[in-house]
Amino acid sequence: MNGSFCRDFKIHVIKTNILATFCKFATTLNTMLTKTWFEIGRYWKFMKGLFVKPEKFIVYYRQVMHELVSIGVGALGIVALTSVFMGAVITLQSAYNLVNPMVPLYAVGIVARDSIILEFSPTIIMLVLAGKIGSSIASEIGTMRVTEQIDALEIMGINSSGYLTLPKIVAGLLICPFVVIISIFLGIIGGWVAGDMSGIVPSADYIRGIQDQFLPFNIVFALIKTLVFAYIITSVSAYHGFHTDGGALEVGQSSTKAVVYSSIFILIFDYILTQLILA
Amino acid sequence: MIKVDHIYKTFGEKTVLDDVSCTFETGKVNLIIGQSGMGKTVLMKCTVGLFEVDKGAVYFDGRNFSEMNFKERKPIRQEIGMVFQGGALFDSLTVEQNVMFPLNMFTHMTQEEKLDRVNFCLQRVNLVNANKLFPSEISGGMKKRVAIARAISMNPKYLFCDEPNSGLDPKTSIVIDNLIMELTEEFGTTTVVNTHDMNSLTEMGEKIVFIYKGKNYWEGTFEELEMSDNPELIDFVYASKIMKRMRKH
Ligand SMILES: Nc1ncnc2c1ncn2[C@@H]1O[C@H](COP(=O)(O)OP(=O)(O)OP(=O)(O)O)[C@@H](O)[C@H]1O
Ligand SMILES: [Mg+2]
Repeated sequence: MNGSFCRDFKIHVIKTNILATFCKFATTLNTMLTKTWFEIGRYWKFMKGLFVKPEKFIVYYRQVMHELVSIGVGALGIVALTSVFMGAVITLQSAYNLVNPMVPLYAVGIVARDSIILEFSPTIIMLVLAGKIGSSIASEIGTMRVTEQIDALEIMGINSSGYLTLPKIVAGLLICPFVVIISIFLGIIGGWVAGDMSGIVPSADYIRGIQDQFLPFNIVFALIKTLVFAYIITSVSAYHGFHTDGGALEVGQSSTKAVVYSSIFILIFDYILTQLILA
Repeated sequence: MIKVDHIYKTFGEKTVLDDVSCTFETGKVNLIIGQSGMGKTVLMKCTVGLFEVDKGAVYFDGRNFSEMNFKERKPIRQEIGMVFQGGALFDSLTVEQNVMFPLNMFTHMTQEEKLDRVNFCLQRVNLVNANKLFPSEISGGMKKRVAIARAISMNPKYLFCDEPNSGLDPKTSIVIDNLIMELTEEFGTTTVVNTHDMNSLTEMGEKIVFIYKGKNYWEGTFEELEMSDNPELIDFVYASKIMKRMRKH
């Protein structure tokens, strides 16, 4: 009698616990979904606000020129460094993996070239840029938000989101293709130098490889990816900066969010674009 | 004249403005006074449309500002100059470029005309030889003065100042108060000033609105304030020893 009561009670407790856990899970899921929808809606609203007629074209033009320098030229150093080493490592690794005597050595050149053009330069370099440009855009706009500079723009009757964001997006779209082309070039050179210096891939083989079966469309594909990623980085970062709420601490958080979300969206769209265009 | 008509503003659960109505008169310095955190800044931002009001309306010389959309507000916005609590100067621009910014955006003046106007405004706030400095290179009082210069560069009809002299020494404060009074008189602007500085109150209190716990608790002139027996108002105004002594006399 007593034993059965105990058992019933235990079952009851376990049932209640399961129910409670489930409820908690559902609530969390619900708030997460609500928040996601909220963010997506706010992002669209933000984007819609950007594309209205500029107050004065010349001012926007000057801003774009200014951003071209700060986004493009500022990023060249880190892009060059990353590209050269990436190219070197890809070449050496491909050579290391292609041990089959049936495969000629110049295949290393083909592999290195295609992986640099298709994936490494557009995706990895844009991920690096997401860290560099994204955090700087988000913290710049975020600081303007918390120090009321955005309010000051609004009060003058300026469309602040457009004024602050549009030049950055335009500059990003204009300059990133060049950055990626430079990166491809430097990556291939990096592979060449590394292969030749280490003696693993002789210069003649590598150069034959990079010329073999070259598909110009791959470059087009790389540039399409670059444009999409550039748009993601600049708009997502500006969005997070613009919706900073609070003080210096929140500016830091926005800048982290900008980098994290730009990177996630870059990876997602990398997959989507590859599936759509190449598969 | 600006008419604030029964406005309400809440942030989440928190009610900050609870049925506030008041008028700000043309050609006068209108003061909004009240303790820290009572909603002065929120009232000012609701008036100029930086916060949307939940209920009620704001009229700029009879034009219902609250019902307008962004585009319709634009012409009124260009008649507004505002000095923010923290100055809100653009960090990436020099003093000169800051003051020139609205001119660049909205006028078709030549570079020379713009420079003339900028120098005139900077002289007006007694700031010379600082044209090429960046906001990070100047002192707090200078920042406030640059902010005022920027606010008046477009010859505003409505001038809003959010604590123009907080964090300044009494003498500089008075210089700034006088400046605001002179500008108001000179250009006949409708000036609204947020303050919890009693010196400013005695210096330039022509029309006073007292905000307490999100309500417009009291409204009147300085003379009326001296006569008033509203307990919260008296408690606020005569908080310091000096003011208490003044009251006795
Ligand atoms: N953006 C906001 N979100 C949520 N609450 C806010 C926001 N802005 C202001 N508040 C709240 O509104 C209240 C009034 O703030 P407000 O800045 O108007 O005070 P104040 O009277 O200007 O004070 P001070 O003299 O210190 O500047 C505060 O309690 C604040 O917490
Ligand atoms: Mg305030």
